[in-house]
Amino acid sequence: MIEIKDLHVSVEGKKILKGLNLTINAGEVHAIMGPNGAGKSTLSNVIAGRDGYEITGGSITYKGDDLLEMSPEERAWAGVFLAFQYPVEIPGVNNTYLLKAGVNAKRKHQGLEELDAFDFMKTVKEKAALVELDPSFLSRSVNEGFSGGEKKRNEIFQMAVLEPSLALLDETDSGLDIDALRIVAGGVNKLRSPDRAIVMITHYQRLLDYIEPDFVHVLADGVIQKTGDKSLALELEEHGYDWVKENK
Amino acid sequence: MATNEEIQKDLEKREYDAGFTTDIESDTLPPGLNEDVIRHISAKKNEPQWLLDWRLEAYRHWLTMEEPTWAAVDYTPTDYQSISYYSAPKPADSGPDSLDEVDPKLLETYDKLGIPLREQEFLAGVKNIAVDAVFDSVSVATTFKGKLKDAGVIFCPISEAVHDYPELVQKYLGSVVPQGDNFFAALNSAVFTDGSFVYIPKGVRCPMELSTYFRINALNTGQFERTLIIADEGSHVSYLEGCTAPMRDENQLHAAVVELVALDDAEIKYATVQNWYPGDENGVGGIYNFVTKRADCRGDRSKVSWTQVETGSAITWKYPSCILRGDDSVGKFFSVAVTTNCQQADTGTKMIHLGKNTKSTIISKGISAGRAQQSYRGLVRMGKNAENARNFTQCDSLLLGDKCGAHTFPYVEVKNATATLEHEATTSKIGEDQLFYCQQRGLSEEDAVNMIVNGFCKDVFDELPMEFAVEANRLMEVSLEGSVG
Repeated sequence: MIEIKDLHVSVEGKKILKGLNLTINAGEVHAIMGPNGAGKSTLSNVIAGRDGYEITGGSITYKGDDLLEMSPEERAWAGVFLAFQYPVEIPGVNNTYLLKAGVNAKRKHQGLEELDAFDFMKTVKEKAALVELDPSFLSRSVNEGFSGGEKKRNEIFQMAVLEPSLALLDETDSGLDIDALRIVAGGVNKLRSPDRAIVMITHYQRLLDYIEPDFVHVLADGVIQKTGDKSLALELEEHGYDWVKENK
Repeated sequence: MATNEEIQKDLEKREYDAGFTTDIESDTLPPGLNEDVIRHISAKKNEPQWLLDWRLEAYRHWLTMEEPTWAAVDYTPTDYQSISYYSAPKPADSGPDSLDEVDPKLLETYDKLGIPLREQEFLAGVKNIAVDAVFDSVSVATTFKGKLKDAGVIFCPISEAVHDYPELVQKYLGSVVPQGDNFFAALNSAVFTDGSFVYIPKGVRCPMELSTYFRINALNTGQFERTLIIADEGSHVSYLEGCTAPMRDENQLHAAVVELVALDDAEIKYATVQNWYPGDENGVGGIYNFVTKRADCRGDRSKVSWTQVETGSAITWKYPSCILRGDDSVGKFFSVAVTTNCQQADTGTKMIHLGKNTKSTIISKGISAGRAQQSYRGLVRMGKNAENARNFTQCDSLLLGDKCGAHTFPYVEVKNATATLEHEATTSKIGEDQLFYCQQRGLSEEDAVNMIVNGFCKDVFDELPMEFAVEANRLMEVSLEGSVG
């Protein structure tokens, strides 16, 4: 689904990613772990097309296309979804209204008819139940006055509605209490499918108890240092990141 | 993804789609202002002596006044001798009795602006809107007059009201904004040409929305309209005005006066969608919009709300105000002002609390882009008898780019210790993270900007009558059109 080759990225002249390679196929769940400042969020932001990152080398091929040539919304239409680490508040913009505009922009791009309000609301209510999101959140302004946990739940709810091919979850577990974590993880698990890839960026092994990954990668110093199965996460928890660097 | 600088650049290229000119033969006075010109205007309209005297009194007062300079706007002063004070499409000494008599070119002009003057066009709609169309100095058509008359509502050009309802006009004209109130109001009192007159009798709820559409067409003319709305005891009316002008390199002056009178238990909702030509991206041309709007909540429990969406004009100088004279009277001011390119706006409101338990609410939203400068200027005065008066003020500014500015000048005068005032103010930049969030969900950058700006204005748009909220949304989109790099 996505092939990242020798990716070099700088932010304000500082090298963050230094030749990263990663291939992800449909149906797989990958976890990317690593110390603070390793470039985990940079990677997800570059894939989603955020401004402010300078690509100094390498390539990203997504479904056969050059992803780096596409605008953020074109990437969204092609099925790239980013669950934000810090979801932004947009005062006065209705949560459902934003989502409907997003869904219909994608459908229009695909040559499909726009969904009418009735059909859309039906889908939305089903998906909200997936993450136990109270229906009152649907008509509130985007993330405004939401608690940290509610914001993260809202992200997974949006993912459920937008049905992406490639979902990047950037520290979706941070700031969640145990109950919220279980609900959010349950939602993600229901969204696992053979034609969807999920990439989780996290600091904690805890999340992987709820969402079992096929692969675990350790990202440090701008490259993938080590790749393994879920047992790698447990080893990491035990030995710390320095152990990875010493045992490449 | 475009940066804020790119968005700003595109904003500067926005199109003004009401900028066309109507080629129509006009009866226009030569430029210049003196007592003879005023006599001429008065004679054209066949006015009674009292009104001519009233005009001359205003003119003599105006001669002693100086143009105000306290507003935070910078412009070349108007040469009052170089503009024409009267221009009317021929032949139109008095308003036509039916649309058949209206010049087809005028009908076409209003059609192009999306203002239908044919009554049957409304029949399919859920709700009817009556329209008074003012072209340069005269009213060219007023719709639904008959239907309104059945309900006892008077809705007609003020020049007609002078003849048909002289006692009402004489009683109320200048009773809210006196002739010598300020420089521009004095000028308007001397030379005003047309505008709308509305009277809602006791206990009547006006059966439809009323609206006046002002159009400046002729070159080198000023538009000086005068609107007077009287809501008698227990009555209710909702009124909207819209404004556009052709694109011209010269600045044109628009100095209007609007007076509202609300008696006991009456309610007036007054909404403005102002889209005068703003000038080009270098600040050449555009309308100078110097307007005095004031409501007198004369009666107990009366209510007035001003809602304005200001997207046009090179210079805006405008402070729709409420005098809360009656006990328990309520004044509200909701404003969205958009300035781009070199536009300057100094706008706000005055809430003068005189009666007991009077309440006022001020919500002001300013959006600035390009090199535009915008100021909120507001006065809240609690008089010594204004027991338990309350005011809530909220001023929010949104900046697009780093060359524009937003300023807030709140003035507060309290002479009664039981009064309560609250003031909130915020200034924010449209966030790259908000834009990216929307784009990540699949919105184009242009749609994302529109959605964020409309969200910012939501509190105010919610106050507009349904029919006009759509128009306001469209205008905002036009204003921000081409904002994608």
